[in-house]
Order: sequence, then C-alpha cells, then structure tokens
Amino acid sequence: MNMEEMIDKYFRPGRLPHIWCPGCGNGIVTGCIVKAVAKLDLPKDNVAVVSGIGCSSRASGYLDFNTVHSAHGRALPVATGVKLADPNLNVIVVTGDGDATAIGGNHLIHAARRNIDMTVVLYNNNIYGMTGGQYSPLTPEHSKAATAPYGTIERSFDIAELVKAAGATFVARATTFHAPMLADLIAQGIEHKGFSLIEAVTACPISFGRQNKMGGPADMIKWQRDHALPLAAFEKLSEEQKAGKFPIGVLYKAEGVKEYTEAYDELIAAAQGGK
Amino acid sequence: MLKIHIERCKGCGICVAFCPKKVLAVNEIEKVEIVNEQDCIKCGQCETRCPDYAIFVEK
Repeated sequence: MNMEEMIDKYFRPGRLPHIWCPGCGNGIVTGCIVKAVAKLDLPKDNVAVVSGIGCSSRASGYLDFNTVHSAHGRALPVATGVKLADPNLNVIVVTGDGDATAIGGNHLIHAARRNIDMTVVLYNNNIYGMTGGQYSPLTPEHSKAATAPYGTIERSFDIAELVKAAGATFVARATTFHAPMLADLIAQGIEHKGFSLIEAVTACPISFGRQNKMGGPADMIKWQRDHALPLAAFEKLSEEQKAGKFPIGVLYKAEGVKEYTEAYDELIAAAQGGK
Repeated sequence: MLKIHIERCKGCGICVAFCPKKVLAVNEIEKVEIVNEQDCIKCGQCETRCPDYAIFVEK
C-alpha cells in the first residue's frame, strides 16, 4: 500500500485538510501512526485511538478507528478503561507534551508503573500550541514562551528517562525528520506487550519557533536532523559534546515484566477459585 | 509521476526545502507547484515530510 492509499484507508473521508497550522509537524507524526498500523496490517476495528486535549489530540478526530477524544490530561485513564474492557484491542494514545506531562503527568507515571499494554505517541512540540504558546514541562530551559517572555527558568523533563524510571517497558524517540524511523518505532511499540512510549519530536513553527527565532518549518526540521543522534552514536560522545544533542531510536526495552490486563485476568480467575 | 492534492496544501515549503532536485516551488497563492518535473528522481523526500498529505510520488 502506498502512502496515498494509506491516507484514504485510515483517515475519515472528507476530513482533510486538517486544522493544523502550515508547517506543523503533527501531520507527519499522525502519518507515521497510519504507516505503523498499515505495516502491522491491523484491522481497523481492532485499533482504539484515545487522545486528550491539545493540537496533537485532534488526531483522533481524523483517524478512522475506534476513537475517543477525552478530557485534558485524561487520555491515559480513558485508555486504561478501554484496554481493561477489551484487552484484545490495540490501544494507541495520542497526546502532547503539555497534556501528557503536566495536566496528565500523574496518570502517565502510574500507567507506566502498571505496565498496561498500550502505545503512547507523545507529540513533543515543546509548547502549548492551541492555547497560545504557554511553556510546558518539555519546553527547553531558557526558551521563550507566551508565559516566559524572558525565557523559562525551569528545567525540562527528559520524558524518556521519566517513564523508564516509572516502569515503562518500551521507550523510544524519533523526530519528524526521521519519519520512517518514527513509523517503525511506533510499530515496534504496538507489537510490544506492555506500556510503550514513543516521543515524537515535532515542530511548532507558530507558537514555539517564531518566539525562539528558529526560522520556518523546514528550518525546524533541519534543526531536528542536526541535534538528534542514534543512541549508539550519542553514547560515544563526551558529556560536553552531548550538550544540546539528544538520542533517538529504541532507548529502553524490558522483557518479562507482567502486563497489567494479564495480571488482572489471573486475579479474577484466582478470586473465582479457578471456576 | 508527482500527484498533488492542491486543496490540502498550506504552502509551508517543507517539500521545496527537502527536494534535492529543485522540482518544486511555492507559488504566489501559497500552494506547491511543480516547476521541473523532468528532474524528479522519485526519492520521496517530499511525500515523507509533507504534514498535509498533499503530495505523493507515484512509482
């Protein structure tokens, strides 16, 4: 299937063009989700896409799967309910940096801790775009934002390290420059039985790029190309060389950790005395 | 060879910037335009990074 056929098959008819700004990377990330589903040849009815609120969370409205556009920060609790109700569904959570790590930050660490089988695609555009460019927990330190006109003094999360520490069993990162890798990592995350998080580094040219003088959409994608390194290459760098750079690829994977819905089914069986 | 859905294009210029053969341009009404199709090598850089699913390479 070529890309045009994938868009025709997995997008709801008549919903394009989408609402995202010119040059916004969210369309590239959403295209990578579609490519991953196509690669795995998942039946549409076996996929549930759950999103929160924000620019990226609009993706659930465009995709032709079982979808829920839930409340701000609450995509993971809703997705947890969906997965427990039907553990056979492939649950994909679409969320942004503000939605997942600020408003929904507590849900994120506990979903990771439970190792519930779902795939979180975290669109990291470093800003709250929809509400006007406020800084988020993933806005890099000293970057400007509508709520930080002189630059934010807060350190940002390394979200991959955070979810790994919280108990996630598959953690990966790619950028919209590395779109084929991103699609492949999302497919690996869906195949992984357990809590998977893929951080998709994506450009917000309007609310983040403009305030931080990063140039146009293409310049921001070239910035991703110039600052991302495959994990093996990144680890060879000295601490000084690592400054400003970030690793991409599969960052962490753990096998043999009990998955939550399996543990839940076992508990039900035990409570029923094996009947 | 190149198929454009003009109604989806927002004129962001990503395809123009990543095309290695200068096949594409953004015109005065901020839409992508094919200016040099004979040089296209079907590398797919435009399709891969178009955020609007507005350009496809037909193989």
